[in-house]
Amino acid sequence: MTESIRKTFDEQLSDMQQEIVCMGSMVEQMVHHAIKALSERDIELAERVIRMDDAVDDLDISIEGRCMRMLALQQPVARDLRTIGTSMKIITDLERMGDHAVDIAKLARTLAEQPLFKPIVDIPKMAAVAQKMLRESLQAFVNRDIDLVQKMVADDDAVDALYRRIYDEIVDYMEKDPGIIRQAIILLRVARFLERIADHATNIGERVIFMETGVLEELNI
Amino acid sequence: METAACIIDVNKLNFYYGKFQALKDITLCLKPHKITAFIGPSGCGKSTFLRTLNRMNDLIAGVRINGKVLIDGRNIYAPDMDVVELRRRVGMVFQRPNPFPMSIYDNVTYAPRMKGQSRGLDDLVERTLVRAALWDEVKDKLKVSALSLSGGQQQRLCIARALAADPGILLMDEPCSSLDPVSTLRIEELMQDLKSEYTIIIVTHNMQQAARVADYTGFFLSGELIEFGDSNKIFTKPDDKRTEGYITGRFG
Repeated sequence: MTESIRKTFDEQLSDMQQEIVCMGSMVEQMVHHAIKALSERDIELAERVIRMDDAVDDLDISIEGRCMRMLALQQPVARDLRTIGTSMKIITDLERMGDHAVDIAKLARTLAEQPLFKPIVDIPKMAAVAQKMLRESLQAFVNRDIDLVQKMVADDDAVDALYRRIYDEIVDYMEKDPGIIRQAIILLRVARFLERIADHATNIGERVIFMETGVLEELNI
Repeated sequence: METAACIIDVNKLNFYYGKFQALKDITLCLKPHKITAFIGPSGCGKSTFLRTLNRMNDLIAGVRINGKVLIDGRNIYAPDMDVVELRRRVGMVFQRPNPFPMSIYDNVTYAPRMKGQSRGLDDLVERTLVRAALWDEVKDKLKVSALSLSGGQQQRLCIARALAADPGILLMDEPCSSLDPVSTLRIEELMQDLKSEYTIIIVTHNMQQAARVADYTGFFLSGELIEFGDSNKIFTKPDDKRTEGYITGRFG
């Protein structure tokens, strides 16, 4: 067991990690609700997702403030420094994911007012994988688990495959019936936002590896 | 690191105070015109190591040393080594400023006068004090006692006194430990200015200071040199767990 003579600093680091996990689960919930609002045509739920973004933005600012304070007051080095640097990058990814959830919620709100040209099947599947990636990337961060990062990143291929499938399918629909193009484009954009969310989870994974090894490498090219 | 030759080349250096081994098998190469810092907990051997580089430890009874310390390619522990000449070549600045109880002028000219120099002393005083970033503050009171200066000024005077002996290498043993933060930063800036002409080796308890000033950092623990390398690397991604533990305040 490692003995630390920096109890105060250790507590600050652990508080910061908890706040990041809290921010992450909020974002995950936003993604979940946004997709639910889309498939269940629930305007109220979509509005709730949009409102949740303020809390995520507040957490982003709060965690960044914590990081800055620790940099200034604790003069972290080595692994501590990498942990704080990583945290500052992670919250930017999380904040962006929250924005994408809002983007999806806004599109869900629009779609809810019109009959759908097809049932929504693959998009929730894609969302489920993206959410799992987000959850696992933060788990890997907290537990400093590089193996989990590798496992999580492999899921990005599934997300990309689903994205291509959705894309091809919707393009087919559009070719057959130009009347549905507006709706089809909305669904394409939703799929694109989910694909971006998965990419941000991959970014978090890259940062976790950097935090642990000091080496920054692109995981999914 | 391998590009320039070593100005100081230490090979399998072991050092004993009586039966106590204070340095164990130290091997490293110090580059010219760089600042190298040594850090580590009290009693780890870093000051002892610094003092082996100009044989300051010779003055302590019961010490024993083996291994090699080459400076400019010469083994400084060879029997024919002129220790006075060595200490002129390898100057030293100590933890507490220790100006001689004489005027500022006489402090700076002390070493040259001991060598018999009597001409050009005024120029030397100005040149050296400018180099030590003290000239502007003392140019109108050179005949005043050095003891009337502030701690930070006294330490810069001690650096000037060391520089006046025309050393190539400057050893600094905790040079800022008795100084306030502004004087400390002034000395750190001075070190950066000096490194184009000198090779500087500093022992410090202040890790942030090592990180700020040093090109290379070495970590000593229980007489061993645990890790030595680029300061950038040591303070962001040290290789050894013990280095990591020490600099982050966590001991495994």
